Amino acid sequence: MAEMQAEIVHRHEAPKAFIWKYIFSLDHKVIGIQYYLLALFSVFVGLTLSILMRIHLVWPQASIPLLDKVSPLGAPGGVISPEYYLSLLTLHGTIMVFFVLTTAPQGGFGNYFLPLQIGAEDMAFPRLNMLSFWTTFAGLAVLMATFFIHDGPPIGGWTSYPPLSAVGGAAGPGMAVGETLWVVSIAIFCVASMLGAINFIATTLDLRARGLSLMKLPLTCWAWFLTAILGLLSFAVLLAAGVLLLLDRTGGTSFFIPGGLLVSDKPILHSGGSPLLWQHLFWFFGHPEVYIAILPGMGVTSHVLSTFARKPIFGYRAMVYAMSAIGVLGFCVWGHHMFVSGMSPYSAFAFSVLTMAIAIPSAIKTFNWIGTLLGAKIRFSTPMLFSIGFVSLFVTGGLSGIFLGQPPLDIYFHDTYFVLAHFHMIMGVASIFGIFTATYFWFPKMFGRMMNETLGKIHFWITFVGVYAIFMPMHYLGLEGNPRRYAEFIDNFLLPLMSVHRFISIAAFITGAAQLIFLFNLIWSLFKGKKATENPWEATTLEWTVPSPPPFDNFAGKHPVIYHGAYEFSVPGAEKDYIMQNSPEEVAADH
Amino acid sequence: MASTVLTPTKPAKAGKPGGSGRGSGGFGPGGSGGGGGWEGYRVPSRTYRLGMWFGLGGIVMLFAAFTSAMVVRRGMSFDWASIAVPRILWLNTGVLLASSLTLELSRRALARRSATQFNRWLYATLVLGLAFLGGQLVAWRELASRGVYLATNPSSSFFYVLTAAHGLHLAGGIIALGYVVFRAGSMVRGLTRRTPLDVAAIYWHFMDGLWIYIFFLLTRWS
Repeated sequence: MAEMQAEIVHRHEAPKAFIWKYIFSLDHKVIGIQYYLLALFSVFVGLTLSILMRIHLVWPQASIPLLDKVSPLGAPGGVISPEYYLSLLTLHGTIMVFFVLTTAPQGGFGNYFLPLQIGAEDMAFPRLNMLSFWTTFAGLAVLMATFFIHDGPPIGGWTSYPPLSAVGGAAGPGMAVGETLWVVSIAIFCVASMLGAINFIATTLDLRARGLSLMKLPLTCWAWFLTAILGLLSFAVLLAAGVLLLLDRTGGTSFFIPGGLLVSDKPILHSGGSPLLWQHLFWFFGHPEVYIAILPGMGVTSHVLSTFARKPIFGYRAMVYAMSAIGVLGFCVWGHHMFVSGMSPYSAFAFSVLTMAIAIPSAIKTFNWIGTLLGAKIRFSTPMLFSIGFVSLFVTGGLSGIFLGQPPLDIYFHDTYFVLAHFHMIMGVASIFGIFTATYFWFPKMFGRMMNETLGKIHFWITFVGVYAIFMPMHYLGLEGNPRRYAEFIDNFLLPLMSVHRFISIAAFITGAAQLIFLFNLIWSLFKGKKATENPWEATTLEWTVPSPPPFDNFAGKHPVIYHGAYEFSVPGAEKDYIMQNSPEEVAADH
Repeated sequence: MASTVLTPTKPAKAGKPGGSGRGSGGFGPGGSGGGGGWEGYRVPSRTYRLGMWFGLGGIVMLFAAFTSAMVVRRGMSFDWASIAVPRILWLNTGVLLASSLTLELSRRALARRSATQFNRWLYATLVLGLAFLGGQLVAWRELASRGVYLATNPSSSFFYVLTAAHGLHLAGGIIALGYVVFRAGSMVRGLTRRTPLDVAAIYWHFMDGLWIYIFFLLTRWS
């Protein structure tokens, strides 16, 4: 029956009305772009916040124009107050982690390219897909609202630790209404991510084209699939934690608030709760979240490295198993965020060993990426540069993780700039490089035009050197004992480090400005870029068999049939140096 | 060149049975319209069931998190005072179990294409579901009349959180069954697929089992 139906052609036309075509669209491609735009907006907000923070750290008295209009209380006369610094920090972290690193790689590119790469017409549940996007949008809107309330955004950090996050306004500016909005926003985001995850899993398992076995899937699809499983299981736990925190804040319960607490000279009438309970629940989500951010980047990096090295990915199966292992281990290591919380040394030892174990699949991946590049005739186009950059950042950021995963070292490094350096390198910048790789690689397919290569390369080099200039010195700051989350450095032991901070700030301004080159390239190429052919990169996967941009129903009602693996480059005896996955070409064995 | 053929494996089978089953598994045209362009887009019933099973995986994690919070909160504090659960919960449990039974009866009736039986048991399920929610409200009122509120004690906090979370999920199930009622006529006539009913049934029975678990948790551990 399935074979008969493979021949039936069902063309579907796009809806005509603007609102159904672009706003409440059910088309996975439009939804993918919506997610991408949401992340693009968010990333520039998050970037602006970090620039403001870097200004404040080095020039605490600087008056920033217009800022007093946004928050007369937090920045009187445009001068950022220490509390407002914490507000900026909280929103920077929350926006970047949730609305950029979790949405762009998965909701954005995953939505757009998973159905195309597996030969499906759409995601399994288009309405659910639309619902996930608009729920995410609602979450972002609620979070953004915190900028415009009287005392500004919360100051609790993106981890929002109780008891201070649970006791209301006594804990500082933004901790009354602002913090409540924060919790609501995150709860909404959890629901949105879970709905999206269900769609990704069902689509990957059930809608693959004929012949596309799991072991022929592009590694990007594997990454999205595993990310979805991680998201489904971990966001549920954060949702539960968020509900309990909200009840502590508004319902008078004491899940997280201990007894006998005095905050700002105000007695807190709760008893018996456990702040550590929040940490357990939060990090049970929080650690898988790191992999939710970076797994899609690993997928697209593997994909792009193979394509531009014109070689099959080295150790395809090992890559799949390594990603799966990272996913499983990711659920067993949340305690390494809590080494200084007074946990039993035996527990800390167990969490430490499990954390170290992640180095094994990570090393396998790195080894295979390098193996893919070894002896290759590499085409150094912009997506390739960014994916090589991803590998570099992944290694750099991963190595400091080995330090932090050991309790004796972590007790020293905890809450210093060393931690900042570590997670910005690996979770922040490496994942962002994954997003850049995907953008430069798939832009031609999404919009039918090539991005400008010269601008792309300028963007790459400034960003690559820039992020190292920003985050490498932070390791040193951490070794010197520079605590994170301080708004100003006035202690004697910190004053000599100010020159390093100044260097970091200047590097951040330059790197931040370079992102405008990217934005310009994006917009300019949209209208003026060179027209893209069907398969400009000579890649093998299914999205490159359809026109750029793809028609509304992807494969024009046909059902592709898969004959080849995803990375058959430079196959001896083949006509060209790549074989499309759906090419019926038979290749003679001569090796 | 003409030596042994190596690469292409036979595309005979997809990774999973059915492969890209667009268009399979339905009776005739139809499907819920709206949005334009999607009238013909449908995935196999199996995909919906798969999606539901994974969705339930997420719900399991939600309640697992609540449970672990409860175990930790109880184990590490000195302020835990057990509350006597309202007796009506036993009745509610019976009502919910009965609703699963009636739902199965309605599904069998649909398989026989017996419209009256199908409708009768479907409505019975809806009524029992609403009765359960009503019963839960009565249980809340009873606790409140005893002076036991959300913030009274951690054990009462968890009582309200767990029952409310379950109740909300069950309300979702009632809405889903409402949709099935809405499409019941065309389902019996075979004009639309029975997928919504099958998927709602998985969810409904799961909510039933989840309630048994929560009830056990509240009576034995709390």
